[in-house]
Amino acid sequence: MTTGNGQLDLPYLRAKLTDRRGQLYWRSLEELAETDAFQEFLYREFPQQSDRWTDPIGRRRFLHLMGASLALAGLAGCTKQPAEPIMPYVNAPEEIIPGKPLFFATAALLSGVAEGVLVENHMGRPTKVEGNPEHPASLGATDVFAQASILTLYDPDRSQTITQFGEIRSWSAFLSEMREAVQRFKQNKGSGLRILTETVTSPTLASQLKKLLSDYPSAKWHQYEPVGRDPARAGARLAFGTDVAARYHLEKANVVLSLDADFLSTGPGKLRYVRDFTARRKVHQSQREMNRLYVLESTPSNTGAMADHRLPLKASEVEGFALALAAELGIAWRVEIPAKLPGSTWVGPLARDLKRHPAATIVIPGEHQPPLVHALAHAMNHTLGNVGSTVIYTEPVEANPVDQFESLRELVREMQSGSVETLLIFGGNPVFAAPVDIPFADALAKVKQRVYLGLYNDETSELCHWHIPEAHSLESWTDARAYDGTVTILQPLIAPLYGGKTAHELMAALTDQSEQSSYEGVRQYWSSQFTRIPVMVSGARSSSAVCQKASGDFEEFWRKSLHDGFVANSALPAKPVALTAQPAVLRTDATTPGLELIFRPDPHVYDGQFANNGWLQELPKPHTRLTWDNAALISPATAERMGMTNEELVELRFQGRRVEAPAWILPGHPDDSVTIHLGYGRRRTGRVGMGAGFNAYAVRTSGAAWFGSGLSLSKTGRRSRLACTQHHHSMEGRHPVRAGTLEDYHRHPDFVREMGEEPPKDLSLYPERKYKGNAWGMVIDLSSCTGCNACTIACQAENNIAVVGREQVIIGREMHWIRVDRYYAGGLENPATYHQPIPCMQCENAPCEVVCPVNATAHSQEGLNDMVYNRCVGTRYCANNCPYKVRRFNFLLYSDWETPSLKLGRNPDVTVRSRGVMEKCTYCVQRINAVKIEAEREGREIRDGEIATACEAVCPAEAITFGNINDPNSRVAQLKANKLNYGLLSELQTRPRTTYLAALKNPNPEMKTS
Amino acid sequence: MPQIFHRSTNTFSKLSIFGAVFVIAGLLIVVMAINRSGYVTQAGVTREQPVPFSHQHHVAAMGIDCRYCHTTVENAAVASIPPTKTCMNCHSQIWSASPTLEPVRASFRADQSIRWTKVHDLPDFAYFNHSIHVNKGIGCSTCHGRVDRMPLVWQHASLQMEWCLDCHRHPERYVRPRDQVFNMEYEAPANQLILGKRLIQEYKIQSLTSCSTCHR
Repeated sequence: MTTGNGQLDLPYLRAKLTDRRGQLYWRSLEELAETDAFQEFLYREFPQQSDRWTDPIGRRRFLHLMGASLALAGLAGCTKQPAEPIMPYVNAPEEIIPGKPLFFATAALLSGVAEGVLVENHMGRPTKVEGNPEHPASLGATDVFAQASILTLYDPDRSQTITQFGEIRSWSAFLSEMREAVQRFKQNKGSGLRILTETVTSPTLASQLKKLLSDYPSAKWHQYEPVGRDPARAGARLAFGTDVAARYHLEKANVVLSLDADFLSTGPGKLRYVRDFTARRKVHQSQREMNRLYVLESTPSNTGAMADHRLPLKASEVEGFALALAAELGIAWRVEIPAKLPGSTWVGPLARDLKRHPAATIVIPGEHQPPLVHALAHAMNHTLGNVGSTVIYTEPVEANPVDQFESLRELVREMQSGSVETLLIFGGNPVFAAPVDIPFADALAKVKQRVYLGLYNDETSELCHWHIPEAHSLESWTDARAYDGTVTILQPLIAPLYGGKTAHELMAALTDQSEQSSYEGVRQYWSSQFTRIPVMVSGARSSSAVCQKASGDFEEFWRKSLHDGFVANSALPAKPVALTAQPAVLRTDATTPGLELIFRPDPHVYDGQFANNGWLQELPKPHTRLTWDNAALISPATAERMGMTNEELVELRFQGRRVEAPAWILPGHPDDSVTIHLGYGRRRTGRVGMGAGFNAYAVRTSGAAWFGSGLSLSKTGRRSRLACTQHHHSMEGRHPVRAGTLEDYHRHPDFVREMGEEPPKDLSLYPERKYKGNAWGMVIDLSSCTGCNACTIACQAENNIAVVGREQVIIGREMHWIRVDRYYAGGLENPATYHQPIPCMQCENAPCEVVCPVNATAHSQEGLNDMVYNRCVGTRYCANNCPYKVRRFNFLLYSDWETPSLKLGRNPDVTVRSRGVMEKCTYCVQRINAVKIEAEREGREIRDGEIATACEAVCPAEAITFGNINDPNSRVAQLKANKLNYGLLSELQTRPRTTYLAALKNPNPEMKTS
Repeated sequence: MPQIFHRSTNTFSKLSIFGAVFVIAGLLIVVMAINRSGYVTQAGVTREQPVPFSHQHHVAAMGIDCRYCHTTVENAAVASIPPTKTCMNCHSQIWSASPTLEPVRASFRADQSIRWTKVHDLPDFAYFNHSIHVNKGIGCSTCHGRVDRMPLVWQHASLQMEWCLDCHRHPERYVRPRDQVFNMEYEAPANQLILGKRLIQEYKIQSLTSCSTCHR
């Protein structure tokens, strides 16, 4: 129901949600309101069948072409297959067996921090990233960025040549110019030389920089990264008077409190934290108890969706809450509690629950919260006895922790004064991403010699004299530290495609050894340092007691470190810290009235560096399910007050600056605040990222880097169209999510089964199939799934799934084989959120199979619903008949069959689909067959867990389990025997092979309303 | 109005209608025959190669085992075309000045691959794996014919799906003992069906006819 102008009638929705008996799971406001547009969308059943004709070709022209094509199709059938050449090696490399991939250990970098990965390499071409099971930050999982890095590597829009003033130059021309500069630096001690990097954890680069600074004492090194961790660093200094990093052991924590921290989906340790956190929520395994998660948050996040109790607060109100809670817990510091305290009902029960579990709780401060919140969290962890048990402090992971906004401001001040002669920018995109109150771009014009090392020809390269293409991390020799300090030496998987250079090579250009390769640089550094392991690096800080000599062969160390993907024992050891006596002021200004603006890195485009990555652009963002765009996220009540609707363009005026953004109403968002994501609105990037979204940096200042008050919103009266996938593939209110509490489960374990009905097995017209040997099945644990989307993008990389583009997503034609559906339960203000990954169910009585007129989808002997592309004629009956809506049709030629670089990145074991065929999840049948052949050859059974589908392998939460259900001892068979197991829409007698474990929450009995 | 056609034309028209069924059926048979013929499948057609490499000479006369060159046949999907280095192992010593072998030496000198023409070219959506067939007792000559008698290699079988399925449905007709897989001269014994059934038990051979066995 809607009011006259298409606006949602929120009071009606509220009444509907309160009146209802039993739990209602809903996907979107439009669905709940049953708006006309939504009804229309459903009525068409297939949004894909919409009559929108997006081609510029008219009907008449279409018929012409069709006629001609039909006539010519007969002729085309007469051609013989052309002869194909086959080209063997001249000298075969020893390890390569054609058709068998090799895996090399390296790392994926985000904000300079490493995540250990193994990269699949087909005859010299990296094709797929997997997590490194032995790496402490990965344990076999990866995030969406690591998965998508393959596409960035092969991106044809990357810069491909060295340019000076836009003209192509050679590397030697650059080196000779640098040689002159080096002569100058030698005389003037480097005054006028400035280097701007992002966060650096690389021990080699740090030592090169330090060497440079000691050779040229007047030179300076600045660091700036738009998504930095300044508040965390400042908070640690406030609490301890020194730079330290906190590391959490979530596997030991019974109660976790997040003070606006999205620790399950952002930050360098997220994969490990997800693994450790969800391990404590799997009650189906031997444990009976679950951990409990309290989340206060200023914008809905995946961590909030996992919470047992969630409290939406304005970002500025978190400080006050933290003060009150700290006082209640009795921390050693004197604090002032604000008079008016939002969320005050939480303080008592929360403090009691925390105190009930001494040394087994964690208070995690949000990275974007002010230093005070961080300091208070440190103090609370001290008081609760967590330090040394669930919280560990170490030296910082960064090689040189600095306040990055201050660092950039200082650089810009010097640039403006004209004292900077040579500026080298290593990566990043500071022209685009600098805060507006630091005029980096203007100041850059005053620098005489500007050199930019970057992956793309972007906003920064436009303003620099020299642009050196940067080597991608999969093309580079370098090193980096993980969240816990573990060092990985990165090795290249392929020679630089476009002659890219690394930061190490640029650093060498500033010395007398200007031709030193990055391999030599990294190797040289480690050959001088490896004996200082365990514990070393950042030399001066390591104490002599732990600097024992490792036993000696460098070659052995080097080979082992490269093979394993990390340097053994290089994690930073715990460091004893003591709280300062009493930091100056522990109070907060009372909550500010009015609207607040919150900045967040985009969940997929991040700070803008992935703007040209089609996989990430098209990946539906958690919660909003938006693709290809960012939006101004507001709460339903605020939207109602302002009279705003979805997709309406609004003007955000913030501290004297303005930006226009489409509004998006997000249930669970705190009132009176607006969230916008950074990274969109790129003015200069590749073909994919141009023109998507609006630029949130246009209103971001260093003073209000993460949030600030004083926002005003006004309607422009115009609308824009957003590509949102949340209505697509609807199962029409059949309530596929089942959830309960831990208490329900213990009291009445059958509650899940009783929520639906399971018809008897023989109630079918079709004869029962027998599966001898293997029968593949999958279980997805909804209690563990955090909705991180890694499965979707891993599947895309593994199965050569095409990107369709914004227009096609709007009409519902996205191709993802596994989607993550998001369901809400409860009211508009603070609903519980559930994520449900939906791959093909591989039904035993598959509705798709019986309707195919050409037998293009057939049942395999092991129970898979095989899809045969070369038989498919595109009737789409199968997709029509699939109750789960998991089939995807190639309406157009979505795969790029032309671009040579993109061909290199494809999985050679999976067909690249053409126009006019249906496709869907295959349970990664190419992986099944590979393992099956291996096992058959060795004359043994397939071991449980030997086959991992791409989605299972990537999942940090281990929420997906795949295996042989005919083997009663397999993990998947045991999970299916669990009481929590249920089949989606099993009342339809489809007998899905993919089943789910119901989501369990563990609420505090003291807090009935969450 | 007088009759234009004589009465007898009725018979002709009936005959021609009746005959049309046979003509159409005949045409279909012709089309299917063409489709299975060497013209379409290229079976039995020798391909021109940059170097006229004779399997007959190397296999039958010299007695070189298949696996000396096709090294990965037991371990990987592809049997592998040997690298130039394999040719040069011998031909740096013998026939080292032969003009016929100049492309091989040129390849070795310039570090450039020899551009052979593919003889057995499966469609891109069929994912055949040599190693599993070889390990389950399917001999080289079962699919490739008597390569030891081919001066220039041609495709022995049609490589069409029905040909694959024939063996996948009735493996007992073709399977041989593992130690005979690389024996070019192996002849199926008279009691092949009995032997085949025994080997199926022994080697745990499954009759895999699901689509995803080969198509992904």
